[in-house]
Amino acid sequence: MFLGLYNYWIVVLLMMIGFYIVIAHGNLVKKLVGLTIFQTSVFIFYISVGVVERGSAPILAEGISDYSNPLPHVLILTAIVVGIATTALGLALVIRIKESYGCIEEDEIQKQDQLNEEKS
Amino acid sequence: MLAHLPILQVVLPLMAAPLCWFLNRSKLVWIFALLVCAATCVNSILLLIEVMKSGTIIYELGGWEAPWGIEYRIDKLNALLLLIISTIGTVVLFAANTSIQKELSEDRHTLFYSLYLLSLTGMFGIVATGDAFNVFVFLEISSLSAYALIALGKDRRALWAAFQYLIMGTIGATFILIGIGMLYQMTGTLNMSDLAVRLVDVGHTRTVFAAFAFLIVGICLKLALFPLHLWLPNAYAYAPSIVTAFLAATSTKVAVYLLIRFTFTVFGISFSFTSLPLQDILMVLGLVGVFVASITAIYQQNVKHILAYSSVAQVGYMIIGYSINTSTGVMASLLHLFNHALMKSALFLALGAVMYRIGSVQLSQFQGLGRQMPLTMSAIVIGGLSLIGVPLTVGFVSKWYLLIASVEAGMWPVAALILLGSLLAIVYIWRIVEMAYFKPPLAGRETVKEAPWTFLGPIWALVIANIYFGIDTRLSVQVAQAASQSLFGINP
Repeated sequence: MFLGLYNYWIVVLLMMIGFYIVIAHGNLVKKLVGLTIFQTSVFIFYISVGVVERGSAPILAEGISDYSNPLPHVLILTAIVVGIATTALGLALVIRIKESYGCIEEDEIQKQDQLNEEKS
Repeated sequence: MLAHLPILQVVLPLMAAPLCWFLNRSKLVWIFALLVCAATCVNSILLLIEVMKSGTIIYELGGWEAPWGIEYRIDKLNALLLLIISTIGTVVLFAANTSIQKELSEDRHTLFYSLYLLSLTGMFGIVATGDAFNVFVFLEISSLSAYALIALGKDRRALWAAFQYLIMGTIGATFILIGIGMLYQMTGTLNMSDLAVRLVDVGHTRTVFAAFAFLIVGICLKLALFPLHLWLPNAYAYAPSIVTAFLAATSTKVAVYLLIRFTFTVFGISFSFTSLPLQDILMVLGLVGVFVASITAIYQQNVKHILAYSSVAQVGYMIIGYSINTSTGVMASLLHLFNHALMKSALFLALGAVMYRIGSVQLSQFQGLGRQMPLTMSAIVIGGLSLIGVPLTVGFVSKWYLLIASVEAGMWPVAALILLGSLLAIVYIWRIVEMAYFKPPLAGRETVKEAPWTFLGPIWALVIANIYFGIDTRLSVQVAQAASQSLFGINP
């Protein structure tokens, strides 16, 4: 029962790991890594949902009667592109943050902002 | 040509965005972007007229029929949303040229306009499409360009705000993606109207409940419902003025639309409001949001922060109207959506004008501006009155219908709390008015001039719209009513 649906367990585990990293880590790059794991778990969820056991790729050929659903894969191709764009933008922001704050730790950045506000 | 209006709305700005790079001269790009925006504006007016006259328009992409192909489905609700987004987008863009001269370095102007058009594309797409996965893709198009737009802000805190928004926005969008995936798993379809039919059979399963929960939480992150609003104040405060005016008036509205679309059209009223205590949860969060955000706004020193927190409070009102769950309640919510777009864009543009002249929007810098920039400041006062809900402004109309809806539903305490929340708005608006009108000008700044006409034009156009739709409510009320009635399946 539990092992039969092992793909869902993997998805949930990855999702929790990713989410935890985003919340718990102060390092901005680690946050992005967590975010990527979080997104990837959802991709795996979609792809594993589309699979039919002993099903083949959706190409007509003799001797094959079961086909996996190609649509989730296609959707996830789009979502992967979106994920890459998000990661790229996030990393670009991290570079700019490093340039102007001199660090990429969340608490450090907040400390600098507070100091600035007190001065002005 | 007329048959292709729904797709033109999305494709026009999408195609125009890369074209900006070929023009690559600040003023030229501005005129080009303005023309494109005006075209989408005309387009959405034509769509609205068509929808009001002959009902829902269905556009099949590539001629593929609905459950297999992707369809764009324009009904009264999204026609109204398209009109709001395109009009505000155009009016705000009109002031952009003047504003970004001061706030952005020359080499980023082209970038700014193409991002603006992309963000607009995303929002149009979310609203126009009838396909659940398309919603996610367009959501990311509009969000990604919004993060970049916010990061263009001069202050380095803009970068940090954009990064926080990116993290929270992506979590929200991924939640929506999980929800859509689960729905697809249960029904094998992504088309919204097809989903609505097929979900009836599987509505009691745990997967559908989980999908529903993921979708609602994801959307609420995007619409900045208290307590998921933490990304909003800084993102609004440190973005360039034009971006703030644009996003404040459109992005959260689109998320409210998504909430309405998913709960009413896809899951259906009976599922959304009876199988889970969604209505109670959202009602409480809306009310708490109004109070917490308004009180926080009172203690802010940056006027952009004041108005950003006030935006969180106004989203609270929309959610209250929505969770009353009567035709009048949803209509009040839609009306407030329309009206809030008018007042917040006017207010943030006026702040942009202040930023243009004195280079800061700290409350202490507002001393004596009432006499130096009379037109800008009186626009802020009228916009503020509208936020409070004084008669003859749009704010009054939407609050009035909110009160009627809550009283009709027998929720007297809610009505009382709405009134009480408006009193808090008086406090934070009064702080700005007091600074501007009852204090002498700051030393060494006696010669501040009135903002240029490129600012005053759009600001006053929006202010006059604020007053006009506060007196002549035929258009806004009629469309909102028709939209909410069609959601509840009532045929007028």
